[in-house]
Amino acid sequence: MIANTTGPVTALVMGSRGARITMALLLGAAILVPALNLLLPETSVFHVPNYLVSLMGKYLCFALLALSVDLIWGYCGILSLGHGAFFSLGGYAMGMYLMRQIGDRGVYGNPELPDFMVFLNWQELPWYWYGFDNFAFAMVMVLVVPGLLAFVFGWFAFRSRVTGVYLSIISQAMTFALLLAFFRNDMGFGGNNGLTDFKEILGFDLTSNAVRAALFASSALAVAFGYLLCRFIVTSKYGRVLVAVRDSESRTRFLGYRVEHYKLLAFTVSAVLAGIAGALYVPQVGIINPSEFSPANSIEIVIWVAVGGRGYLHGAILGAIVVNYAKTYFTGALPEVWLFMLGGLFIATTLFLPKGIVGLMEKMKKKPPAKPAAEHGLTQGAGD
Amino acid sequence: MADQQTELVAPGDTILYLDGVSVSFDGFKALNALSFYVAAGELRAIIGPNGAGKTTMMDVITGKTKPDEGMVLFKTHTDLTRLDETRIANLGIGRKFQKPTVFENHTVFENLELALAGDRRALTALLARLSGEDRDRISEVLEIISLTEMRQQAAGELSHGQKQWLEIGMLLMQDPELLLVDEPAAGMTDSETAQTAEMLKGIAKSHSVVVVEHDMDFVRSLESRVTVLHEGAVLAEGSLENVQNNERVIEVYLGR
Repeated sequence: MIANTTGPVTALVMGSRGARITMALLLGAAILVPALNLLLPETSVFHVPNYLVSLMGKYLCFALLALSVDLIWGYCGILSLGHGAFFSLGGYAMGMYLMRQIGDRGVYGNPELPDFMVFLNWQELPWYWYGFDNFAFAMVMVLVVPGLLAFVFGWFAFRSRVTGVYLSIISQAMTFALLLAFFRNDMGFGGNNGLTDFKEILGFDLTSNAVRAALFASSALAVAFGYLLCRFIVTSKYGRVLVAVRDSESRTRFLGYRVEHYKLLAFTVSAVLAGIAGALYVPQVGIINPSEFSPANSIEIVIWVAVGGRGYLHGAILGAIVVNYAKTYFTGALPEVWLFMLGGLFIATTLFLPKGIVGLMEKMKKKPPAKPAAEHGLTQGAGD
Repeated sequence: MADQQTELVAPGDTILYLDGVSVSFDGFKALNALSFYVAAGELRAIIGPNGAGKTTMMDVITGKTKPDEGMVLFKTHTDLTRLDETRIANLGIGRKFQKPTVFENHTVFENLELALAGDRRALTALLARLSGEDRDRISEVLEIISLTEMRQQAAGELSHGQKQWLEIGMLLMQDPELLLVDEPAAGMTDSETAQTAEMLKGIAKSHSVVVVEHDMDFVRSLESRVTVLHEGAVLAEGSLENVQNNERVIEVYLGR
């Protein structure tokens, strides 16, 4: 009904309580955090310190990444353990742009080549670095590179009906292969050290408070955009087919749906969102290196989603923020126990909270369900 | 294979024509040169003891299993053994499984919506909206399968019998020319079974239907031609009375 009287975007937001709260929080944060950081004096109780702006910006990038995993895992049953690869590729595309922005202010003062290439005695820029001095081109690459990899990977995997744990394993192998490749100096992406020492973005100083606040706001808006996009997808008929594929893939085939096309589209969209998250992450942490491809990172994303609530879009966002906050806190306070805690958290979630925090909240809100079968006079079948 | 194809052309009014279809799993011949045909518009019951190859036959027709030999013609000219499940479904062959397989997390209404005949492409589905006509059709089918009251309930909450009906309803939404129905009365009460038989007879007025069933009372109530399978081949065919009096059938199946 709402959809008929107002715009489609309004309908997506107003359609559910979770969506209203999520959007209000994200947009509120996008405005409030920068304002409280920039406009208030540091002595004010309401002042948001600089380190916190960057930290929360980082969490938001992880939230978008979690959202991308939830779209395919929560709604289509594709458990990707290689999504860190798409995140890192988006990050590298942004990193390449930021490297080109350094210009002749590097340690070696070479106007043409980034420092690491001078160090390796390279004479000219490799062809795949061309164009990255242009912001718009780099941003297109942020979308295209992860999207294309996901499309090609998914094309072969889904067409060959690779599902379940086999798909998880090859996605893990994919990110591991990229990890090894990016470690090599002759790949031309800075090898072990990756890309760092960034100075400016679009001509603005990356270390300035205003830029950091703007990056935070962009991250919050990107999560809001990703959330709306995913909500649009999962509330459409396409989304209902995705869930059908998740619950009974072969049945969906017998209904005449090209399951592989449905999976491929979702997988590609998901990879693009992960790429955007990576691109926003890199300027806020100031470095991208091959360790971002490490398989453990990709597994961690799945834990965020599981803890927050698989199959709830706001659950993924919540999970990413909660787990990463805990990570920040405990790696400071009790660094040696954090990994055990993370593992324990995953096991506990799987055993006791199969639908995560959001699932628990929903359950507590709902009254105990009335007995369904009784009133329509049909006996429960014996079944098999 | 090639010469078989030129040799055999199904008679004009057949909707399904199986010729010499064999399937073996690890040496066990699930189907052994199975041949039979179903006329367009016919309601056909297929019976047979466990392991006679009934489900395997369904799997072969719908593309889930590829036969080792033989061919399966749909509407006299399409060889189904070369196509995959999706293509076959879109040609107009619907299938109801032995164990009711509905989408448990979707509502009854959404289950029917997903089955609704129409464009199946992924990008179109992003913007697809139900037309008034579609809604009317869904309401109509909800009436037929007696689930109007439960339209907004998750399909997983339905009773076993209701799931069977929902699956029949999904077949109706697909509106295939040929319906393959595997044990529709399994696990149903007597009154549900009778209602299901009426449903299928109604459907058979405008579709070709092949029903695989164990329950003899149910088969009797269908009042259709019966094919008896045994060890992956046709043992007998005819009216139920005819078949029941066939000595070989009595020997292997009815055990009287």
